[in-house]
Amino acid sequence: MNLGISLYFTRPELILSVSGLVLLIIAAWRSDSGRLLSLAAIAALFAAGAWTVNLLTHPSLELGGDAFEGLYRMDAFGSFSKLLIYVAAAISLMIAPRFLKNMGAMRAEYPVLILFAVVGMGIMVSANDLMTLYIGLELNSLSAYVLASFARNDGRSVEAGLKYFVLGALASGILLFGMSLLYGFTGSTNFDAIGKALSGDIGMGALFGVVFVLSGLAFKISAAPFHMWTPDVYEGAPTPVTAFFASAPKVAAMALLVRVTITAFGDQTFVWQQIIMVIAIMSILIGAVGAIGQSNLKRLLAYSSINNVGFILIGLAAGTKEGIAAMLVYLSIYVAMTLGGFICLMQLRNRDGRLREDMSDIAGLSKTRPGLAAAMAIFMFSLAGIPPLFGFWGKLVVFNAAVAAGLLPLAVIGIAASVIGAFYYLKVVKVMYFDDAEDIIVSENSRTLIWTGAVLAALVSPLGYLLITPLGQITDKAASALF
Amino acid sequence: MSAADFPILTTLIVVPALAAILCLFLRAEGARVIALVATLFNLLLGIWLWSSFDVMGSQWQFQESVALFGPIGWKLGIDGISLMLIMLSLFLMPICIGASWRAIKERVGEYMAAFLFMEALMIGVFAAQDLMLFYIFFEAGLIPMYLIIGIWGGANRIYASYKFFLYTLLGSVLMLIAMLWMIQQAGTADIPALLNHDFPAEAQSWLWLAFFASFAVKMPMWPVHTWLPDAHVQAPTAGSVILAGVLLKMGGYGFLRFSLPMFPEASAQFIWLIFGLSMVAVVYTSLVALVQSDMKKLIAYSSVAHMAIVTVGLFAFNQQGIEGAIIVMLSHGLVSGALFLCVGVIYDRLHTREIDRYGGLSINMPKYALLFMLFTMASVGLPGTSGFVGELLSLAGVYQVSTWVTLICATGIILGAGYMLYLYRRVAFGEQKNADAAAMKDLNGRELWLLVPIAAVVLWMGVYPESFLRPIRGDVARIVERIERAAPAGDSAIRENDPAMEKFRVKTNEGGDSHEAKQGSGH
Repeated sequence: MNLGISLYFTRPELILSVSGLVLLIIAAWRSDSGRLLSLAAIAALFAAGAWTVNLLTHPSLELGGDAFEGLYRMDAFGSFSKLLIYVAAAISLMIAPRFLKNMGAMRAEYPVLILFAVVGMGIMVSANDLMTLYIGLELNSLSAYVLASFARNDGRSVEAGLKYFVLGALASGILLFGMSLLYGFTGSTNFDAIGKALSGDIGMGALFGVVFVLSGLAFKISAAPFHMWTPDVYEGAPTPVTAFFASAPKVAAMALLVRVTITAFGDQTFVWQQIIMVIAIMSILIGAVGAIGQSNLKRLLAYSSINNVGFILIGLAAGTKEGIAAMLVYLSIYVAMTLGGFICLMQLRNRDGRLREDMSDIAGLSKTRPGLAAAMAIFMFSLAGIPPLFGFWGKLVVFNAAVAAGLLPLAVIGIAASVIGAFYYLKVVKVMYFDDAEDIIVSENSRTLIWTGAVLAALVSPLGYLLITPLGQITDKAASALF
Repeated sequence: MSAADFPILTTLIVVPALAAILCLFLRAEGARVIALVATLFNLLLGIWLWSSFDVMGSQWQFQESVALFGPIGWKLGIDGISLMLIMLSLFLMPICIGASWRAIKERVGEYMAAFLFMEALMIGVFAAQDLMLFYIFFEAGLIPMYLIIGIWGGANRIYASYKFFLYTLLGSVLMLIAMLWMIQQAGTADIPALLNHDFPAEAQSWLWLAFFASFAVKMPMWPVHTWLPDAHVQAPTAGSVILAGVLLKMGGYGFLRFSLPMFPEASAQFIWLIFGLSMVAVVYTSLVALVQSDMKKLIAYSSVAHMAIVTVGLFAFNQQGIEGAIIVMLSHGLVSGALFLCVGVIYDRLHTREIDRYGGLSINMPKYALLFMLFTMASVGLPGTSGFVGELLSLAGVYQVSTWVTLICATGIILGAGYMLYLYRRVAFGEQKNADAAAMKDLNGRELWLLVPIAAVVLWMGVYPESFLRPIRGDVARIVERIERAAPAGDSAIRENDPAMEKFRVKTNEGGDSHEAKQGSGH
């Protein structure tokens, strides 16, 4: 009976795990079937997504529930995050096969690895115990290390994978150390139990535990000052993989961070709020200033993601239900913006068919490929948070939450720093629109890229404002699950 | 049929927005025609709007409210002040399209689309009744203007476009935080409701400063005006017209709509700041204008000086001052727009804005010289033109508050006469020292169609300003009534024991006493 409920709650992960294993077996026999397997993986994601929607909307599961005796928690917050992850992963799968094939790097393992990473993320966002947390995180990370070096014949990709692995292992070590401290001082690995134990004056040991856990998680969301790996990995990894890294794992790690801070450290607001505030401001500033000197567009988007993580963390720093809902709104919009940005990058090819990713390569793009330039401009202005694009709404809700929580200095510093960020987004638009073309970018014949790019651009355009109400309701519901 | 039965404000916003999207997909000739038709149609709608506006009616008219975007309400509505500024935008827009008819040859569709988007956003700014909706319209204008300056601008366009964008953005984001706080505190984002909400005095100072950061940059006030000359010089002619004509008015509109009625105490508290900066601006930028060798830069600096007259008028806290400030805004929108067009006319022929490259144009371009003189005089503030009405009212309003401020700001008119007449002399009079300038043809039909309507309105406003004062009178009176409690005491009232006044005083000590005694006995 109890096992039945547990299996019922974890069915999205089960669907994905089984599909991943089946696909792995097919891949072992047919190594040239990457495209077919990608489609099958997307179907699996849809199935898992449909089940998650069922869990999310089922009236009797309004309050969620625990599975496996509190190791795993099914609630609206986790389900919403999972849906976002599935969508991001499905888009990453859709855009990849043709691109990787052109690079000569498409193999059947790609969709399988993505599926396993997604399983890991699903466990991360539903983890209610330090052990589940760690298993989900590592399952995701190990898949990610392999994905980063997926283009084995490309030196940069291999370097990215290695760098990601070494630094990721270090971060996991820090996280584990923090977890062991927490376990030692609270006597439990369960979030609820830790939350109960950490009340009042917590003492130096547990405090260290909190700091180390937060540091390890900050690495995973690439927040400053643990962001150093991000530009290198984003630049080196094949672009569809980078698009994946910038979207789905960010959502998962951010959701995990939220659950840990709210559920496990909930009573110690004063302790973690300071840390989150400092990380948020540093990420915004470093993301903005670091991007200014970049000439590689993938590195630029990497700094942009650091910058955006800072804004998302402002919602967490508020520590209120509104703040968490605002974070989820921002995350949803961010996923659309960043995936769109990378999809635009993937369409940059010159006459020889070579991929281009430098700032100078997009000069005059508005004349040679007006549609692509317009989409890119929409994503850039949206990332900068300029109204009337939808990115503005994300910024607005997080700052609104910060103001409501009385964190006025944080809001003022954050929003003033967003002006620095606007500078380099403007630079991309400037190069595309004001400069003359040097290298001709030919039109892309991949319909998938064009259509996904167009749909995402429409989402972050002012049309997105029509989604405010439904998005607000669902994120509200998701955030309520934590409080 | 009255426009009140029809969602006219939404239509005014939607028509140019749709036309803009259409223009993106059209070739040059089609885009020009669509843009002109859309702006003219909008102007007709605007005339219908004005004729249906009931001056004696309620404060907010043509109200619309749809809960379209969740917490951001699509709430529109106008009072007389908004009406006048919307009319200004609607009137200038077809002229801008006409001015770009031949001058813009590259990427015409995108150019027209940018202008049409600008029009939609500007109307949105003046009509928005939801604080967040206002902010979205207010900020969104940055994107088309950035592209207009950057793509079709002059040699140094990139620097100018960055400067324009980042300056105005930095000003505005602080205002956003203040707005969020206000919405939290008042529990509503509805502007008419916020206008009657009393914020605590200590919070008002901070809110006022945050709004000031935005509006002072938009206005622009000294010392954050430096983006304006760069942007103006580099923008194409029509871009300058819209920048000077309407975008600068957003700052004044903001002070009038938000800073004054929402934070009256803070406005009074910071009056020294406004007056101080405005006085510096009037004198300093006028002197800077005097030494410019670039025509557009000269007019840009003169804009800063005129806007300073607007700010002192607004913060005079009385009916004349505010009415005058609004008239200066309208007049400056027309006159500086027309002056930029005048520069554009000769720029199109000779492709230089250097004053020295011209001379003696009144000989070969008599029609041009006549219109240019009219606008020069209007800029100086000659009676009979719109400039005079506004400046006189505005300074008369300030005089009730501070004699010194009035004195210094009035020098702006003298200096204005100096630099404008000096400009006119060098361009239109004197000998025809440059052969190519002397060979230029006079205005053609299209250019006359652009300048003559503006000239007509400038004279109309100068001769019969009542048409423009009538719609705003009631609204200004409401603002004055609201801010009266904080109005500063004037320094022009006769003080009781002022030794300097001694010799003017009639010695009626006994008479005074008996007068009082009589009054006392009367009761």
